[in-house]
Amino acid sequence: MNSSDFEFLSSLLYKQSGLVLTPDKGYLLETRLQPVARSHGLNSIEQIVSTLRSRRDERLVNSITDAMTTNESLFFRDRTPFEQFKTVVLPKLLETRAAKKQIRIWSAACSSGQEPYSLSMILDELSARLAGWRIEIIATDISSEMIARARSGIYSQFEVQRGLPVQLLVKYFQQDGDRWQLNEKIRRMVTFREFNLLQDPRALGNFDVVFCRNVLIYFDQNTKRQVLDGISRQMAPDGYLYLGGAETVISITDKFQPVKGQRGMYMPTGAGGQKAAI
Amino acid sequence: MKTCLIVDDSKVVRMVARKILEELKFETSEAEDGQIALDVCKAELPDAVLLDWNMPVMSGIEFLRELRKLPEGDRPLVVFCTTENDMAHIQEALAAGANEYIMKPFDSEIIETKFSQIGLL
Repeated sequence: MNSSDFEFLSSLLYKQSGLVLTPDKGYLLETRLQPVARSHGLNSIEQIVSTLRSRRDERLVNSITDAMTTNESLFFRDRTPFEQFKTVVLPKLLETRAAKKQIRIWSAACSSGQEPYSLSMILDELSARLAGWRIEIIATDISSEMIARARSGIYSQFEVQRGLPVQLLVKYFQQDGDRWQLNEKIRRMVTFREFNLLQDPRALGNFDVVFCRNVLIYFDQNTKRQVLDGISRQMAPDGYLYLGGAETVISITDKFQPVKGQRGMYMPTGAGGQKAAI
Repeated sequence: MKTCLIVDDSKVVRMVARKILEELKFETSEAEDGQIALDVCKAELPDAVLLDWNMPVMSGIEFLRELRKLPEGDRPLVVFCTTENDMAHIQEALAAGANEYIMKPFDSEIIETKFSQIGLL
């Protein structure tokens, strides 16, 4: 691929999704866009570029964005955030939201759905303590293809072995050959929506907990700030934000601060500027 | 260093599993069927067992039932690793006292994740 085509595609992806593609990631464009070219009846990536230079083809642009922003996911990824959610965050919310009995959770950039479904399995395990509560999990992703996959709740044998304890596989999945589908009860606990993190999240409503893990790493500083500030406007002042292990808010935004002793967990910055603690 | 007994009638599978587990800092030993594995366990219990299902002489599930009857036989954490990839076999394994279940084919990531989930790593 020549540098002009690379520039064209990386600029398109940046505008569409905020994804920053450095020239050393040219191979990603090559490998992921070949199937896109074929599925649109084009012979090469060069043809994709020449088509888009002549006219804006939304379907083609969406396919490119889907192909480039699709990232791997696994159940209970990194384990610790889910342990924290179960043992620290949820008990705290049950206490502070006791009058309303309502909790809203956002799984941002949920990919094929393993993160929100991990949360719904945790909630189901605790259902005795949650009787009478209304707990909503909203899961969003930029890719319509991923949202459709996530909604189906169908995973390969390989996927159900990555992070998912076998006891939960037995309890919550039905087998169909080498595919495994989450049962309807767990699937219905999650509402999936197509959503671009560059958009204003107001339409999604307010949240008590936001999981936005392993997505900011693909953005530049300005986009990270824009996304985090957008999330902060939708969060309860005593809500919780989870970022990935390699991500931070430090020197990006002052809207959040790390929670002491809880790696990867952040809370909106308090009026007093005190370090958040639980 | 934790110990893991690899039980599989395929020499190739044992070799691949040994390589993965040694990289995860396990001290490994091997057995080619359930009976040999049981004899090994009677002499000294390992911390973990990676266990095939279908083997000559004594199958993995028979081995597991016998293992759990031994004094302190509930101590080793047992991870099945088998081509028996259906729900009925998984349920039978859990009922017999298995701690985790790997459906073949496997790779190092699956072994690492499963061992980590049950506290072996």
